[in-house]
Amino acid sequence: MTEREADERLHRIAEDPRYQSLVRRRNRTSWILSAIMVTIFIGYMLLVAFAGPLLATPIGAMTTTIGIPIGLFVILSGIALTGIYVAIANRRFDAEAAALLKDHQA
Amino acid sequence: MSRAPARAAMLLAAIGSPGIAHAADGAHSAANWPAIITFGIFIAITLGITWWAARRTRTTSDFYSAGGGITGRQNGLAIAGDYMSAASFLGISALIFADGYDGLIYSTGFLVGWPIILFLLAERLRNLGRYTFADAAAFRFGQAPVRLSSTFSSLTVILFYLIAQMVGAGQLIQLLFGIPYTYAVGSVGLAMTIYVLFGGMIATTWVQIIKAVMLLGCATFMSLAVLYHVGFPFDALFSQAVAVKESLALKGGASEAAAAESALSILAPGGFIKDPASAVSLGMALMFGTAGLPHILMRFFTVPDARTARTSVLWATGWIGYFYLLTFVIGFGAIILVGANPAFFDSATGAMLGGNNMAAIHLAEAVGGDMFMGFVSAVAFATILAVVSGLTLSGASTISHDLYASVLRKGNPDPAAELRLSRITVLALAILAVALGIAFEKQNVAFMVSLAFAVAASSNFPALLLSMLWKGCATRGVAWGAAIGAVTALVLTVLSPTIWVAQLGAAEPIFPLGSPTLVSMPLGFLAIWLISRFDRSPRAALDRAGYVAQRVRSETGIGASKASNH
Repeated sequence: MTEREADERLHRIAEDPRYQSLVRRRNRTSWILSAIMVTIFIGYMLLVAFAGPLLATPIGAMTTTIGIPIGLFVILSGIALTGIYVAIANRRFDAEAAALLKDHQA
Repeated sequence: MSRAPARAAMLLAAIGSPGIAHAADGAHSAANWPAIITFGIFIAITLGITWWAARRTRTTSDFYSAGGGITGRQNGLAIAGDYMSAASFLGISALIFADGYDGLIYSTGFLVGWPIILFLLAERLRNLGRYTFADAAAFRFGQAPVRLSSTFSSLTVILFYLIAQMVGAGQLIQLLFGIPYTYAVGSVGLAMTIYVLFGGMIATTWVQIIKAVMLLGCATFMSLAVLYHVGFPFDALFSQAVAVKESLALKGGASEAAAAESALSILAPGGFIKDPASAVSLGMALMFGTAGLPHILMRFFTVPDARTARTSVLWATGWIGYFYLLTFVIGFGAIILVGANPAFFDSATGAMLGGNNMAAIHLAEAVGGDMFMGFVSAVAFATILAVVSGLTLSGASTISHDLYASVLRKGNPDPAAELRLSRITVLALAILAVALGIAFEKQNVAFMVSLAFAVAASSNFPALLLSMLWKGCATRGVAWGAAIGAVTALVLTVLSPTIWVAQLGAAEPIFPLGSPTLVSMPLGFLAIWLISRFDRSPRAALDRAGYVAQRVRSETGIGASKASNH
């Protein structure tokens, strides 16, 4: 395939509504998950900055403070969001992308 | 009490380097046989792997990216290995040992960059690039300006990171193995040169994987030993730590109320926050800097395709998160098992033997005896070796692939000459790293890792993101914008309290925040946007015309570089 043909193929794909829909949905997923992660983390930093006494409150009769599960939650939410994205991408987006490429076989 | 500055210095030391200031008086400066034997075994295995890898390293693709033949699970471990430096193992556990909760705040910052890399960069990066992140950042642009700019920012990041690791390595090895600083730094330089020079990315990846497994194994064992010691429920870990801190404070002559208060402070944020702006700024550096570290980004080219790149981030995030949970237990365990045991402290001065960053090493002795402590020391050494190897390889690919092959030879280099040049660069970087490690022995290098993160977040990250996702982005904008972001991060750091006051002795900082990222990262984005926006040159028209094709490639993987077969 010449460079020109390759380029034409890429532009044909760009105009395929299925490609546009796939990229739109995949991007929406990425940006929403990114926004959730940034919100959780920056929210946590602001809690640390402005709500120190709240984080220092013991839970019930224990010594453990509220801040500890919240901090661990930030770490675990990072792992969980990563897992959610991988699950969605593996199950939905990859199959769609493969079908799209098959139809635009060179 | 002037706790805040002292804490700030601690925090920076934690991510900067093991930062062991007074190494000579430790109990472990004498030859430590279990450590030497374990380390000998590690060296023997890794040299064996290097020999095996050297026979498989024939092309530039093998050398830079292991031929793209690493699996997702392997790459996940290798990435985690790159990220879990001795600084995070010893530094963060020491920080928790000293201040408790504040260490957890750092851990969260280091972790949350990974999801961002996955959501926004990893797959597109793999689809567009071959060896370095600049392949993707410069994809549709004029090669020379963008690559020159990315070489500048990448080498800045790599050198600061490398100096911090080398100085930390020298001090740690001097302490653990009882050999002089210069030899310690030299031996790190020598071992890493052998791995990278002969074994390229294949050896570097496997050294990283082995070290990651050893480190995770050690940390798991130590955490389980701690949890076994304190018993059930989980709350016991914290209540016993508070009890130890309280009795220590009472012994130190504090009143009962003051002792109780200072003991409880380990369970909540303390001196971490001097001002909210600095906290958010540092948080941004940690979160987005990860997405601009060249030695991390290059790992996405060692896997065959975007799907594997995606899987490797999931593995990496899982391992890194697990590791930070372990360091949390280890830090609190050290308060209980090391803090309460006078044997680990100098009887005259009350200081921890070997310096504050030795908490995890002492804990290893407390839970597993001399043998296990030797093993953990050797793992710490192996960790440093693996991290500097990755950094060096990344610096070498920047110079030979971005600068030589893409700029000087305009993308048509003689492969043999390129491979030769990358090997010469490895040698040169190793010599430079050793020389800088020796030159900076007595300097405070603690700020260098956070500076590397700030530069990466302000230059490489905006350049990569905008070039992949914004049509209007143009050559001039990316090249100059990234450079402006990098230089701003550097200059603001010099003017910040960390250098202007602490190092240069001025009374007041010119730039008030501890980290520059809150200003330099938005400025990096803004500069790329503004300069691109007003660029009406023919080159810019070409750049914009190339967007659609690049975007389709990045989203579908059409034309992505394939794994080479062996």
